[in-house]
Amino acid sequence: MGVLMRRNAIVILMCVELMLNAVNLLLVAFSTLYGDSDAQIFVFFIMVVAAAEVSIGLAIIVLMYRKVQSVDINILNRLKN
Amino acid sequence: MSLDLIIFIVLSALTLASAIGVVITRNPITSVLLLILTFFCISGHYLLMNAQFLAIVNIIVYAGAIMVLFLFVIMLMNLNKDTEPQKSTMVQFAGVISGGCLLLVILMAFQSSGIELTQTSTTVSNIGLIKVLGKKLFTDFVFPFEISSVLFLSAMIGTVVLGKKDDDIATAIQDS
Repeated sequence: MGVLMRRNAIVILMCVELMLNAVNLLLVAFSTLYGDSDAQIFVFFIMVVAAAEVSIGLAIIVLMYRKVQSVDINILNRLKN
Repeated sequence: MSLDLIIFIVLSALTLASAIGVVITRNPITSVLLLILTFFCISGHYLLMNAQFLAIVNIIVYAGAIMVLFLFVIMLMNLNKDTEPQKSTMVQFAGVISGGCLLLVILMAFQSSGIELTQTSTTVSNIGLIKVLGKKLFTDFVFPFEISSVLFLSAMIGTVVLGKKDDDIATAIQDS
């Protein structure tokens, strides 16, 4: 919901992290329910991908801030015209 | 009411409250701090579910590394003021409606899947230990593990390339 409601790019990235953590929590819960450790390996890989994604996303946000002096996503609508 | 249940209820309430706070608060700094609190609560949930390795990894990776990165970027941009322009009310309303629809779909799917929720034994299981997970990681899942190292390398190179100033890249191209 935060992804849809906010305009600050950093907060949107944080909300994506929150959603990934919700999935992680659900996977761990099911792994405990079924006594299977494959799901925990999967959670580990989700964390790996999330870490890489955050580093790239923050680099892109820094680049955007350097260009337009703002992190408002509504400025980035130049592909429209 | 057992002790486990009390801890679970308190942790869940704290997690939900701080997660909602992340979404609705105006100040990005407050948002980051609440997100760190959320991650610690989720680590507590992992400990309750006997996933000790993931609890430690969650604290180290998320609360330790990623959140420091977020905080660093926010401080760097000097964004800690409350004047964030809001989206229009209609878009916010549509966001709430679509999120509610998603929640409804997930709840219905969970209800119709017929999983019986029983109280599992929380003391004897050892599938979350580092020994078990590490053995599995280096035998069955060794190929994704190596692939993730390549992913990290490419992410690191990409970040450095993106973070460089444009004139640096131009002079590097001219020099070569």
